[in-house]
Amino acid sequence: MSLRSMEVSPKYFNKSQLKFYVILIPVAIFMLLPVVFIFSQALKPLDELFLFPPRFLVQKPTLKNFTDLFRAASGTGVPMTRYLFNSIVITVVAIVATLVITTSTGYALSKKNFKGKNFIFKLNQTALMFVAIAVIIPRYLVIDALGLNDSFFVHVIPYLAMPVGLFLVKQFIDQVPDELIEAAKIDGANDFHILFLIIIPLIKPALATVAILTFQFIWNSTESSNIYIITETKKTFSFYLTTLTSNQVVSIAGAGMAAAAALIMFVPNLAIFIILQGQVMDTMSHSGIK
Amino acid sequence: MAENIRSFKKEINMDKYSTLLLILPYVLLFSTFIILPVLVAIGLSFTYFDLIQAPRLADLYGMFNYVMLFTQDENFLKYVIPNTIKYALLVGPGGYILAFLMAWMLSQIQATPRKIISLAMYIPSMAGAVFMTVVWTKLFSGNDDGYINALLLKWEFIDEAIQFLQSPEYLLNIMIFVALWGSMGIGFLAMLAGLLNVDKTLYEAAYVDGIKNRFQEIIYITIPQMKPQMLFGAVMAIVGAFNTGYIGVALSGANPTPQYSGQLIINHIEDYGFLRYEMGYAAAISVVLLIMIMFFTKIAYTLFGEKD
Repeated sequence: MSLRSMEVSPKYFNKSQLKFYVILIPVAIFMLLPVVFIFSQALKPLDELFLFPPRFLVQKPTLKNFTDLFRAASGTGVPMTRYLFNSIVITVVAIVATLVITTSTGYALSKKNFKGKNFIFKLNQTALMFVAIAVIIPRYLVIDALGLNDSFFVHVIPYLAMPVGLFLVKQFIDQVPDELIEAAKIDGANDFHILFLIIIPLIKPALATVAILTFQFIWNSTESSNIYIITETKKTFSFYLTTLTSNQVVSIAGAGMAAAAALIMFVPNLAIFIILQGQVMDTMSHSGIK
Repeated sequence: MAENIRSFKKEINMDKYSTLLLILPYVLLFSTFIILPVLVAIGLSFTYFDLIQAPRLADLYGMFNYVMLFTQDENFLKYVIPNTIKYALLVGPGGYILAFLMAWMLSQIQATPRKIISLAMYIPSMAGAVFMTVVWTKLFSGNDDGYINALLLKWEFIDEAIQFLQSPEYLLNIMIFVALWGSMGIGFLAMLAGLLNVDKTLYEAAYVDGIKNRFQEIIYITIPQMKPQMLFGAVMAIVGAFNTGYIGVALSGANPTPQYSGQLIINHIEDYGFLRYEMGYAAAISVVLLIMIMFFTKIAYTLFGEKD
């Protein structure tokens, strides 16, 4: 076997790579099918949605499902746009807050020396395996005791401590040379300056990754609306989408709207990831647990 | 001199406050919403608690809930535990091995097609619960407009539509299938990044030293070189498997799932906690689940962790 053909990430195409494509391309297409399906479904007119036998791809595409969706209101009279507005505000606030908290802690854990530093990092690493829904009930009791129930903040505050985010940011800050920070200190910089003028510009890939992970979690989550929020006007878009699909009576008329809503849920995820894919891969090369 | 020392001390103190300020928000949030709930779960698991009266110590020195769970709860022993083990093994380690194989093949091709194909594979994992439910309930629908039924009818594999999501024979397997579809998340990306970063000269050296094929190359060079990423990927795979435990209920639209066929520990917790208000009992189930997750993670650390 020649060295050329066994290269990792080869620069040129070689026949020996064909066998990988034979497996990879069908798998990739299979993974994408449901996405193609939702696009097609969202553009279908009503008669095609309930066609028998069903057709996978749309024949006469229409935007009617989207216009219906934007005019629609939930059973309690809350307009769909209200849910969408809530989701956007919550997601933006959560991303900004997570970034600030994660970066400052990541900086302290990476570049400072203090008692308990190792303990906090180890504890956070252990918490990588934390499955929030496993303790959904005690979490509910804690949130209830704090008086956060039915407050708008409950969409954000319980999810701000993100062990994976802190882990990735800390690992990335480890790559920033200590000399850079020492030099800044001699020039009279305080932690605030160092954080904003040195660390943040250097760890943009990690920040992009944490932003994506936060976005995916908060934007898609229905947990807070389902469990903690009672007032309908404070609930989120993803929750509204579940009401379109779970209720059998609504779901006949709402099948097209549900597909349109699912598409609106999904497209921002996709767009953000495509834009930041390179940065994510950069961060992931520092993601190892040692 | 004394002046200098005083100002130096002051600086150190300033630094302490500043450090405290940096870590305080995270530490507070982490303690309140991650550590505290785990402690409360452990505490409550030894009590009877129905949200109305204050919790009181359970019988049998507090062990009553656990004893009930492992001796009397027929649904738990007969369905929930076997389902969870089957689901967790196939989606956790199964999905992990799949993710590694895909990542490895991706590392063997050129950069541009690799970017496109890895994006396609990552896409399902960012779709989220709601999207999953909308798509897969429609595809597996038992009505005439269900796509998989329509295909099977057309090809004459079956004579009448199968109630996939309501029938005990199919539900668990469909859940596993859907979970695997969505399992190529950041663990997969981490392993791909790890594979691309292995020092290329090591491969050349290894072939000089007598490694003969790709399989040996993976076992002796690739995996040992990217152990940290392998471990990160493994932890993410385990967490991912347990985090998607809701899909049985989401797909079938009922908790408990039809004849408990798709019931996982997570659903059992919600069943007892939010539907029956037996919080002590639900907490005991939570503790069992946390121990299971720890056990799986421990195995991952034994396999890939750095021994020290």
